[in-house]
Amino acid sequence: MATKVVMEALSPTMEEGRLVKWLKNEGDAIKSGEVLAEVETDKAIMELVARGDGVLRKRLANEGDASPVGTILAVIAPAEENIDALIAEAGAAAPAAAAPAAPAESQGEASTPQQEASQPSEGGGAAVAAPPKPPPSASGGDQAGAAQTPPAPSPPSPAPAQPRSGGNGRQRTSPLARRLASDRGIELSLVRGSGPGGRIIKRDIESAVASAAARPKPAAAAAAPAKRIISREGDFQDVPLTQIRKTIARRLSESLGPIPTFYLTAEFDMVRASEMRAAFKELGEEFKVSFNDIVLKAVANALADHPEVNAHWMGDRIRHFNRVHVAMAVAVEEGLITPVIFDADRKSLPDISREARHLAELARNRKLTPEQYTGSTFSVSNLGMLDIEHFTAIINPPESAILAVGAVEDKPVVVDGTISVRQRMRVTMSCDHRVIDGATGARFLQALRRLIENPLLLVL
Amino acid sequence: MPVLTYRDALREALREELIRDDRVFLMGEEVAQYNGAYKVSKGLLDEFGPMRIVDTPITELGFAGVGIGSAMVGLRPIIEFMTWNFALLAIDQVVNAAAKMLYMSGGQFPMPMVFRGPNGSALQLSAQHSQAWESWLAHIPGLKVVTPGTPADAKGLLKSAIRDDNPVVFLEGEMLYNTKGEVPQGDYTIPLGKADLKREGDACTIVAHGKMVLVALQVADALAKEGIAVDVVDLRTVRPIDIEAIATSVRKTNRAVVLEEGWEICGVGAQVVDFIQRECFDDLDSPVLRVHQEDVPMPYAKNLERAAKPDAPKAIAAVKKVMYLA
Repeated sequence: MATKVVMEALSPTMEEGRLVKWLKNEGDAIKSGEVLAEVETDKAIMELVARGDGVLRKRLANEGDASPVGTILAVIAPAEENIDALIAEAGAAAPAAAAPAAPAESQGEASTPQQEASQPSEGGGAAVAAPPKPPPSASGGDQAGAAQTPPAPSPPSPAPAQPRSGGNGRQRTSPLARRLASDRGIELSLVRGSGPGGRIIKRDIESAVASAAARPKPAAAAAAPAKRIISREGDFQDVPLTQIRKTIARRLSESLGPIPTFYLTAEFDMVRASEMRAAFKELGEEFKVSFNDIVLKAVANALADHPEVNAHWMGDRIRHFNRVHVAMAVAVEEGLITPVIFDADRKSLPDISREARHLAELARNRKLTPEQYTGSTFSVSNLGMLDIEHFTAIINPPESAILAVGAVEDKPVVVDGTISVRQRMRVTMSCDHRVIDGATGARFLQALRRLIENPLLLVL
Repeated sequence: MPVLTYRDALREALREELIRDDRVFLMGEEVAQYNGAYKVSKGLLDEFGPMRIVDTPITELGFAGVGIGSAMVGLRPIIEFMTWNFALLAIDQVVNAAAKMLYMSGGQFPMPMVFRGPNGSALQLSAQHSQAWESWLAHIPGLKVVTPGTPADAKGLLKSAIRDDNPVVFLEGEMLYNTKGEVPQGDYTIPLGKADLKREGDACTIVAHGKMVLVALQVADALAKEGIAVDVVDLRTVRPIDIEAIATSVRKTNRAVVLEEGWEICGVGAQVVDFIQRECFDDLDSPVLRVHQEDVPMPYAKNLERAAKPDAPKAIAAVKKVMYLA
């Protein structure tokens, strides 16, 4: 049975992809799950995997071609199967590619109308409008027994077939997959469906969970300190908006644009943090941590204690997260991307350091997967390494705050009535006033100061 | 445990109940002197005499009505229809009198009777004589509808049906009479309304009843060779349906195929699908599929008849489809 290889939406916002490189040649035997090609999305270079077994019979796109999502790029089929009709269809569909659902729908379902009529009916409906199929290809027979079935009269289609999904490409998901995704904190928009028409089914969620588990995971992550865990029942809690909060949100938005931002700046003493870095460094390369790692860890711990800051503005409610996923802004050639350290509060400092380095490297090589750069609850942006003393960062909605971190510098400071030279670092938190009030943000920075100025707290 | 045919298991049940309760009697066409059109009542006339094993003329409407009258005066009749296709002539008695008597008499007249006989398609009996009637009968409040698939179930369920104080419609698979299976000796009953898990697996649930239980087991055997283990839920009684047994299985497997001998529209399978979507919506990974007779009168021609019937290859295709393997 032939399988179409289509340009898939490999990131949540992808509308078009560029085929960077074919990794398989025509005539190669392909197994489902094998990587066929590299595709450049709007965010990264991703792998395009096969959705069926067979031989790569025909490559329809050339390296360097950009194609809209849904375009047929190749055909995988048994060596003896006639795929002329499919190729013709691809030729006809390619320029339009306006209905990505259609090519995906017939994936793995190349049955003739006659066979279709004798197929079992779905869900109790009488011959529920099977969408019009492409012209019969000379595909191999259907499953056992269907071949014996006589050509039963095709049931009259009760109504013109409706498009399976709206123009926005509403994702189809089995009820079970939806529940599993919710239970396991998987963002459905990041999951590729392998069911008919791209339906997300149980196995897709399981593989998403598996790939999340396969992220670089420091060994010590399991031994998470439990004391900061507020609640692990579900990943977040939605707080209904009170009238006063609605009024604050509306009035502030009216006065200052889409996100009513205010800024809180604090300067932290970094002497002890610096000493800790030196101590870690003495332990060997594998324990090396940067100031940024210390900030990431301190932010994560402070967020775990301050869920009111670890929050998203959802329009009609505020979402307080029970897990802490800290994004770190990484400058790449084309701009900026924010890989995420998931459950950062539960990871040790050296583990965060290792993970941050790994993610930054992936980001620079454009190898981040969507799962690695979405799902953050809070962001940190650090320009200290570029000798920026102080700046303000722009909130990444729907997050409600971002922390801008400046360079660690020697400064004259009054300590106990005398002026001494201390290492200091300025941070500025941009806050969405619809979610965070001044005092709330200040308390968070206070907690952050305590952690950064007493970094031993970070290794407890 | 002795191995009996489905036919002999039914006879054992009849005989034991005739001995146990002298209010029980059997009535129908050719049940006495001819020993039953399908030999289910073989020897019973000799043992129990013509007052308990009663031959009737070809008058379905009449003897069904006589049965109802005798139940109203305290007997426990078993009415044999030569096939359920002929019972259509008596359907007014079954549906309008037997099913509703307790209700319409304000509880004064229980209806402890059984209507039984062969049901479903056989071989080349064509459109009027190869029909599965359970969904028609299960539609009627007041009736219990029983569809045993194995000899052991046939015996235990028939004894329960005879002892039940409600009218029970007992549908024997016409093609099952010669099938064999282990049957416990002596007195045992199987409660009406309880399904049976005939095979255990985790990949998919197949819900079946009556003759289709054997097909489901063939499917399970075939799929097991491919490493696919399925649950086979035998409904045994299609009214009431054991919703919990179905839901328990579907919650485990997340997928279901409903297999039945009758037609699709308003079939038993439609009801099962309805229960599944209500009870297990969040557990479903794929749409529930149904396998049933094609939506045509049963053809006479052998090849067309085979094509019209639900069978193992069609069910295997359905299982693979709900597992996204096809």
